[in-house]
Amino acid sequence: MNYELLGITVLWTFLYGYLIVASIDFGAGFFNYYTTLTGRGQIVKKVINRYLSPVWEVTNVFLIFFYVGLVGFFPSLAFYYGTALLVPGSIAIVLIALRGSYYAFHHYGHKESSWYQLLYGATGLLIPASLSVVLTISEGGYMTVNGDSVSLNYSELFTSFYAWAVVLLAIVSVLYISACFLTFYSHKAKDKGAFDLLRGYALFWSAPTILASFLVFLAMSRHNPDHFNRMMDVSWLFALSFLFFLGAVYFIWKKKNLGLSFILVMLQFATAFFGYGASHLPYVLYPYVTIYDSFTNETMAIALVLAFIAGLLLLVPSLYLLLRLFLFDNEYVEGKR
Amino acid sequence: MFEYDPVLYSRILTGLTLAFHTIFSTLGVGVPLLIALAEWIGIRRNDEHYHLLARRWARGYIITVAVGVVTGTAIALQLSLLWPNFMQVAGQTISLPLFLETFAFFFEAIFLGIYLYTWDRFKNKMIHLLLLIPVALGATMSGFFITTVNGFMNAPLGFNLENGVLTGINPIMAMFNPATPTKMAHVLSSAYLTSACVLAAIAAFMILRGRNHVYHKKALHLSMVVAFVCAISTALIGDLSGKYLAKYQPEKLAAAEWHFETVEEASLILGGILDENNEVKYALEIPYALSILAHGTPGSEVIGLEEFPEEQWPPLVVHYLFDLMVAIGMFLAFISFIYVFMKWRKKSNELNKPLLWLIVSSGPLAMLAIEAGWFFTEEGRQPWILRGYMTTAEGATTSGYVDVMLYLFIVLYVILAVSAVTVLRRTFKENPVERELEKRGIE
Ligand code: HDD
Ligand code: HEM
Ligand code: HEM
Repeated sequence: MNYELLGITVLWTFLYGYLIVASIDFGAGFFNYYTTLTGRGQIVKKVINRYLSPVWEVTNVFLIFFYVGLVGFFPSLAFYYGTALLVPGSIAIVLIALRGSYYAFHHYGHKESSWYQLLYGATGLLIPASLSVVLTISEGGYMTVNGDSVSLNYSELFTSFYAWAVVLLAIVSVLYISACFLTFYSHKAKDKGAFDLLRGYALFWSAPTILASFLVFLAMSRHNPDHFNRMMDVSWLFALSFLFFLGAVYFIWKKKNLGLSFILVMLQFATAFFGYGASHLPYVLYPYVTIYDSFTNETMAIALVLAFIAGLLLLVPSLYLLLRLFLFDNEYVEGKR
Repeated sequence: MFEYDPVLYSRILTGLTLAFHTIFSTLGVGVPLLIALAEWIGIRRNDEHYHLLARRWARGYIITVAVGVVTGTAIALQLSLLWPNFMQVAGQTISLPLFLETFAFFFEAIFLGIYLYTWDRFKNKMIHLLLLIPVALGATMSGFFITTVNGFMNAPLGFNLENGVLTGINPIMAMFNPATPTKMAHVLSSAYLTSACVLAAIAAFMILRGRNHVYHKKALHLSMVVAFVCAISTALIGDLSGKYLAKYQPEKLAAAEWHFETVEEASLILGGILDENNEVKYALEIPYALSILAHGTPGSEVIGLEEFPEEQWPPLVVHYLFDLMVAIGMFLAFISFIYVFMKWRKKSNELNKPLLWLIVSSGPLAMLAIEAGWFFTEEGRQPWILRGYMTTAEGATTSGYVDVMLYLFIVLYVILAVSAVTVLRRTFKENPVERELEKRGIE
């Protein structure tokens, strides 16, 4: 494996990590608001306070990590995306900022403010929508490059069927992933009320997830046939993803093996996400930039890889400790500590 | 009215975001040290007051961290959005510390999460304190890494640029550029100083308000002692920073001192104004002091601005920023010394009203010194973004709407500032120390 491929694989893995942990978080925001409106707010709130509050900063760092790594490994990408994404990027920053401050403020501001809850719920759907724009743009066709001047073609973007299909998939998947996780967590917490409610949400959002995926396939075949054909070359990954999906939904439906069912959800997205990513290569921005022509110099690449390995040695035990204390500690999960 | 200029707006937006972020990141670096000291003393002396102090400081700290994290995320992404050309070069040369910084954040975030939610979970209190070490270490390391990036912008090293092609890249050399040692030491020391002053100011304010519980006096004492030590070290390291400038960025030092001609036995200029012929008026001159600041001996030669083409002069207003920072530094050293001295003499009352009011002022003033220091060093680097290699205008984005984004972020920061202040006030008002002491059965 060459450095280019190694670099992008590491980054893609971190983006995948962000996809999972952030989806749990984003979806929880939506469910929190929705259940408050329908008068069942307490149920989800407890899970949010006990599980999500201790780890939200960690979630954020996944995103930063991906971004900083991208700039380090592929500096020219910073140039293309940086110039084109000023407006959508800034909007995403503002949304992330409002949401991040929510935890601290909400957690310690003793009064429940419905305004903040709305914010928390709404950003949960708007952030994935705005971040998904980056993936959409990477398919090409929305950006005009003229020598040193790069610009985004907004009308093209907003009227594109493909772009909307991706937004839809992003939102639906967020709700599905989040509901599946919360089902598992409330089961562990032995919170029957929450479990029944969340299990309902998980089942409800499962079918739309698959439908939205098909929609994206369809749109892709028209928008970027080249990429679509390469996706067909790895179609076994997508088939596998579908099987994982069936397994996950089956267990949730049967109310058994919920831990395993969430692992299946993670595998469902892992296979699809890596299938999409692998077939995207070598391009990182159709048709202008590939991983090879945007790559950093070899010295920096080696330094970054070494730093990455050293960092992992530090982080994996720490993350393990965090999860042990808050996710796998039954007494904590059940609210006895 | 104005012609749209993306460079200008990018500069304003960057300055705004960093000025806002630095308030919170400075506290983010400094406060864990004070929390750790309080908890440690609490364990050593088995004094519940110090435990509560650590707990309450940590409660305020998490709110400043939250704002620090979100504004930090903003600045990180903004660097690419506003300075894409610069980041393309920076990515090749200095991305190692940026990358390492995220690990430091990661580390800090994980242990902060654990620390905050496990106050009573361990039988051995030392274990809980140990959890704070990675937090403080992570914060310090992130301050260190980001400062090396800034140092690199001031004194680029570790690459060759020939006809627009980068060769011979050495990330370690880039990180440990000549600016790094003094900059890092000064930034860390001033962050500890500022955090101590802010916490001391709060305690002094409480005592002035008539809260005479010994808890507040302990808080005041601990933070003032830290402030004293750090005020001295900040000033000493600041002196070393001056020597760094004299050697590697003489134009910045000269601009800070309105020092136009290269002379020996140069005198230091305080305050004053410049007339249209660049003559200094109404200023206080301290003979030999600039030579001492620059090289340590009164007779040495200090390079003046005349040796640089005028279009490469930094804006001369940085003089006031430099003076402001130094003046505040002296003031902080002075009052913390008075406090420590009076406390040590036992006979005198260190809790007299005038001194307490001065301590209250030290919190905001220290923060002002941080801002002045940063604006001085960043403006003093102009017109360069990467000194000697790339000008700020070359590094900037060319895209439209930077002005609209500026307004968007102004609104965001107003919202964040107002909510942070409201939440902090509410948290501590609704739960005063006296009540919490009772509730926890401490007395
Ligand atoms: C509480 C804050 C504070 C205080 C009291 C001082 N400083 Fe400072 N100073 C900073 C906070 C700061 C800073 C915010 O940390 C800066 C901005 C950029 C940097 O590297 O550190 C800085 C930069 C800075 C620089 C420029 C370094 C560079 O560009 O690389 C010099 C020469 C000094 N300082 C010198 C002093 C002296 C002689 C002081 C005497 C008391 C002093 N500072 C007090
Ligand atoms: C946290 C305290 C900081 C403050 C208050 C601050 C303030 C500023 C200000 C006012 C400017 C605009 C200068 C001008 O264009 O006239 C600026 C520019 C800039 N700063 Fe800083 N800065 C800080 C730290 C840093 C650090 C640590 C970095 C390095 C990563 C950095 C990177 C930049 C960049 C890339 C620019 C734009 C280019 C330029 O104007 O030279 N800043 N900053
Ligand atoms: C004097 C300059 C700076 C110092 C001392 C500093 C320090 C810190 C600290 C300690 C934090 C953690 C939050 C907290 O504990 O309060 C933080 C957050 C952050 N800072 Fe800064 N910072 C500085 C400037 C910058 C600059 C120029 C950048 C952009 C490259 C940046 C990027 C970030 C990011 C991305 C975060 C959020 C990390 C997360 O998601 O946890 N910082 N900073």
